[in-house]
Amino acid sequence: MQSIHDTGSGTMAAALTAEAGRGGRAQHDLEEVVVERLEEVADGVRRLTLRTLDGSEFARWEPGAHIDLVMPDHVRQYSLCSPLADRSRIQVSVLHTRDSRGGSAYVHQGLAEGDVIRINGPRNNFPFVDSRKYLFIAGGIGITPILPMIETAEAAGREWRLAYGGRSRASMAFADELVERYGDKILLFPEDEVGRIDLEGLLAMPRAKMLVYACGPEPLLRVIEDYCMGWPPGVLHTERFVAASLDAGASAEPFEVELTQTGKTITVAPDQTILEAVEEHGVRVLSSCRGGICGTCETHVVSGEVEHRDAILSEDEKQFGDCMMVCVSRAAAGCPKLVLDL
Amino acid sequence: MTVTMSPTSVVSLPDDPFTLENIANPYPLHEKLREAGPVVWLEKHGCYAVTRYEWVYEILTDFESYCSSGGLGPKDIRKEAEWRPPSILESDPPTHTVMRRGLAGVIAPATMRRLREQFAPFAEELAEEVAQRGEVDGIVDIAERYPLKVFPDAVGLRPDGRENLLPYGSMVFNAFGADNDIRAAAFEEGERVAAWVMDSCERENLTDTGLGADVWKVADEGRIEPQQATLLVRALLSAGVDTTIFGIGNTLYNLAKYPEQWEKLKAKPQLAKFAVDEALRVESPFQMFHRTSTVDTEIGGVHIPADSKILLFMGAANRDPRKWGEDADVFDLDRNASGHVAFGMGLHQCVGQPIARAEIELMLQALVKRVDRIELTGEVTPWIHNVLRGFARMPLRLTPIG
Repeated sequence: MQSIHDTGSGTMAAALTAEAGRGGRAQHDLEEVVVERLEEVADGVRRLTLRTLDGSEFARWEPGAHIDLVMPDHVRQYSLCSPLADRSRIQVSVLHTRDSRGGSAYVHQGLAEGDVIRINGPRNNFPFVDSRKYLFIAGGIGITPILPMIETAEAAGREWRLAYGGRSRASMAFADELVERYGDKILLFPEDEVGRIDLEGLLAMPRAKMLVYACGPEPLLRVIEDYCMGWPPGVLHTERFVAASLDAGASAEPFEVELTQTGKTITVAPDQTILEAVEEHGVRVLSSCRGGICGTCETHVVSGEVEHRDAILSEDEKQFGDCMMVCVSRAAAGCPKLVLDL
Repeated sequence: MTVTMSPTSVVSLPDDPFTLENIANPYPLHEKLREAGPVVWLEKHGCYAVTRYEWVYEILTDFESYCSSGGLGPKDIRKEAEWRPPSILESDPPTHTVMRRGLAGVIAPATMRRLREQFAPFAEELAEEVAQRGEVDGIVDIAERYPLKVFPDAVGLRPDGRENLLPYGSMVFNAFGADNDIRAAAFEEGERVAAWVMDSCERENLTDTGLGADVWKVADEGRIEPQQATLLVRALLSAGVDTTIFGIGNTLYNLAKYPEQWEKLKAKPQLAKFAVDEALRVESPFQMFHRTSTVDTEIGGVHIPADSKILLFMGAANRDPRKWGEDADVFDLDRNASGHVAFGMGLHQCVGQPIARAEIELMLQALVKRVDRIELTGEVTPWIHNVLRGFARMPLRLTPIG
């Protein structure tokens, strides 16, 4: 699910190590391709246009696909961001990060037009599922896998919007073209002008029949995941620059809920809400919005520490911790069991 | 009346949901509309009608494609001014977000614990009185009396003139339906009291400790504008009375209609809260209102142009067999009514729902302790209202326990 992009973020070293280990596997079905064009498409973002040596077409690929770029010391994965219909060429876009010792330095300093490089793929770990409505969220260079998705959604006549954030307008690749082509379907959030993406406005409320595709840096995705916790399963699809760190907090671990009225103890899986888990075991809880908004599923907490994710309780009430909204809130990190009055 | 051109590929029907007959018994028309398609064109009113759960839910939760600022009534108030300044119900983000936050903070879980304590004694007193009397009217003697006492007290309304709340609420909600005689009559009554209601929402006319004063404190903190405080107190008063009266009345009606469910509740009084939501599902007090499409969109394969008015039938969605099963019309305490849309859904979902639930549940708990049997002794009289479903009269016999 998680493909590795070159970002130069704090977890870069971990990504490098992981990739070195995978290098061997990426070797088979390697293909040599020509770097036809190198262009600066935004501050620090370089787009590579690649074609095959014999001018034949690339294999068919779907939105969300990436290729492995095989560089002298390592392999990096980059999402394809070229038009789907034109299989004579493929394009990837690479962000230059100053502290990078990996792919971005190679692409930005070591490559020239006409060079022959080796790639593997395309492969797809971020498949695009058909739906009637989409919300796309891109942070920085995370725009790349989203571009072919937008193209597909638009061609199929689906309703969609893109919220695209970046440090500044000049750093946001393809922002101008997107606005020119799609108008007010594109919501731009250059941070130095308007601040960060309005995730609360976009995601505070679950919506039926709308899939969310998000790609960007880890902190952005973490907040998006928090907002979507109470949404119907399968709504949120994310692509990370780097593998999620292991100490991802409460949601990464299963925990138990002990129910005092019914006498049951139930395990809540990481991808499940307490409400879903107890309903699965036939325990009756009245609920309504299932998004931490309405307060219907408020449940008395007998013991245990809660990570509150609702939009109802005040900070004081959260601190006090005697009640929780089981549709979204969970056991806090390090708390293996909650005792609930259910 | 001129009939607007009917769009292609949508089922077009001459039915009028706002006739006396359909108001008295809306369910046959609901079934007809639900089975006719995911969306139906109502020729008489020149608007779309959506009755299936799946689509009502989707439209309620998609506030970008289906806005509220076009008004909940049949007119598009973005183009034609409405009869009063837009309320929280008729606003979209970001205006809505600010007001919603202000009000949601006032109706917090801690407030609810306090309100439940305040609400409980009168429920006990009233239940004791009606159980002793035996022959009562479920609406006049119970459903109206209880909220009309406890809710304005909670808001901090002055004691004189509270009878004005009913015609005002009736006017506000009737405006969400057709521009017909029913609406005109409600306006004649309501306009007499509108000034009193607005005046009562001003800070100096509210007690210092109620929900109304709490809303004004939010304005003091600069989180909302003073005029928004007036509007929010007004929203509390107009939305929190009639709907709860009908909520109590409709719950009693179903428990009287289904004696085995009353037995179930007596045996297990902690089911009261499930009984309330099941009653709200099967007999939803707030049956209909409009949304307005902001973009060209699609409902179940039917193209809906931007700026169309869409009449949503919450009452029909709550009885859609696709969602609730073949026995969707049946009131059953064992059913999981979670997810019903009686309070709406999404951004505008009723902010006062914990108050409404508390009132109905407390009244029910107080009655079930004292009443062995609850029976209808005559015909109920439907309340004639464009969009609210309830009764004006409900003759009941209560047989006390022991």
